Amino acid sequence: MLIHKPSDIRSSEITSRVLYLRRREFLAGGAATATGLALTLAGCKSQASPTPAAPGLALPGVKKGPFGTAEPQTPFSDITTYNNFYELGTDKSDPSKNAGSLRTRPWAVAFEGEIKKPQVIDIDTLIKLYPLEERIYRLRCVEAWSMVIPWVGFPLGDLVKRLEPTSRARYLAFTTLLAPEQLPGQKTGVLDWPYVEGLRIDEAVHPLTILAVGLYGKALPNQDGAPVRLVVPWKYGFKSIKSIVKVRFVDSEPPTSWNRSAPREYGFYSNVNPAVDHPRWSQSKERRIGEFRRRDTLPFNGYASEVASLYAGMDLAKNF
Amino acid sequence: MARPARERLLKLAIGVAVTVPAARIAWRFYAGALGPNPIAEALNRLGFWTLVLLLAGLSCTPIKILTGWAFPLRLRRMLGLEAFAYACLHFLTYFAVDQFFDFGEIWKDIAKRKFITIGFAAFVMLIPLAVTSTNAMVRRLGFPRWKRLHRLVYLAATCGVIHFAWRVKSDLRQPMLFGFVLAVLLAIRVVDHLRAPSRRRPA
Repeated sequence: MLIHKPSDIRSSEITSRVLYLRRREFLAGGAATATGLALTLAGCKSQASPTPAAPGLALPGVKKGPFGTAEPQTPFSDITTYNNFYELGTDKSDPSKNAGSLRTRPWAVAFEGEIKKPQVIDIDTLIKLYPLEERIYRLRCVEAWSMVIPWVGFPLGDLVKRLEPTSRARYLAFTTLLAPEQLPGQKTGVLDWPYVEGLRIDEAVHPLTILAVGLYGKALPNQDGAPVRLVVPWKYGFKSIKSIVKVRFVDSEPPTSWNRSAPREYGFYSNVNPAVDHPRWSQSKERRIGEFRRRDTLPFNGYASEVASLYAGMDLAKNF
Repeated sequence: MARPARERLLKLAIGVAVTVPAARIAWRFYAGALGPNPIAEALNRLGFWTLVLLLAGLSCTPIKILTGWAFPLRLRRMLGLEAFAYACLHFLTYFAVDQFFDFGEIWKDIAKRKFITIGFAAFVMLIPLAVTSTNAMVRRLGFPRWKRLHRLVYLAATCGVIHFAWRVKSDLRQPMLFGFVLAVLLAIRVVDHLRAPSRRRPA
């Protein structure tokens, strides 16, 4: 008869999933320091309190939202390994490899400027402010590829209402975290850091526009813009700014990163428009990730009936 | 006297090694291991290796100038032809896979997109060089004329690097590195030419 020795790993010693998911951060923290031990212990301490929505953890109570497309969804593995997030590297595969260095807790987003109720909202409060909805949207990158992504988030318009914009609030200016030691791409000069984006206020409160905190029912992976990002599905992907720390309400059009980098190529509006080519490539077609043949790009990425009226009377070739 | 067997073996090894990236790209494409956008990835990698091999071919003469080591000169034709083979694969991937024989789109691309115009020009320039790469063609053209024609490779490589630089969105580090290496390789030739204009140089 075999006599089993009891396992010498007590259940209390088994690494929690949260801690396990942050193991790279833990290792990076340990390796980065000369007085390794002290900082590693400090790292342990901060990990002791589990984070409610660490990347990859399921978000509770997500209900189905409107505007969903029935098109096949891009696999989770593609959405999380094919990213443009230059703060984590300029290769499509870089952000997923470098994602471990971004710390998404503690995190807070400052809302300021032309609003009656300026405030700083902690991310875990922000996530619980409104019922979370699944929004299955097309995403069209300015590089002529596209995906279908089941985001989890809430309408930005609901939050804007709560902040009570003044009559001078005509635009929203968004800012990504500036932290070169967490976002090593910020040590390079490929763009001016921090990344900034902007929307007209009517675009920001449009029911299609959401703040996303997850995808596929789980908290956003870092490479997809954790812990909170903008999603504006009728505009090229770069408008949907990631890892937001500040939203300022302003009275004039704010600067935007890609426009500052190449004003001839990237306009403030950047609405998906097959009739207006990028100066260096055609925008009339796109490759849906996972498909072989290119497909036609639709005006406003297929959301024309919802948003075209926002631009009535505007020359979209001039306001590209 | 016959070339030492060691050199012949080394040349063979290099020639075979150079085909490995293409085989790897093809295999990974077939196996679905080129990531979520395999066509774009294959295009990028084939273009990258085309430039690497063009620069490798262009470094043979500078190595001879700087070190006196003549062996790399024997690799030059092989490296040039392999660069051309990668350029063909790069173009064919664009033509037959990426655009799927959409002649209308391809023509618009070549006419309207300057990064494609210049890349296509570079590819076209390589064709006469590949065609005239045989010993028989050198004899037929006569060496001075053949040499003049093959100086086209300087322009083709320059266009290739510009093609890369004009394609990237904002991260110019790789194209700049290629441009820097190309500039150094060409500068070594110029300096050498100015220092000893009367001396006969290997082409």
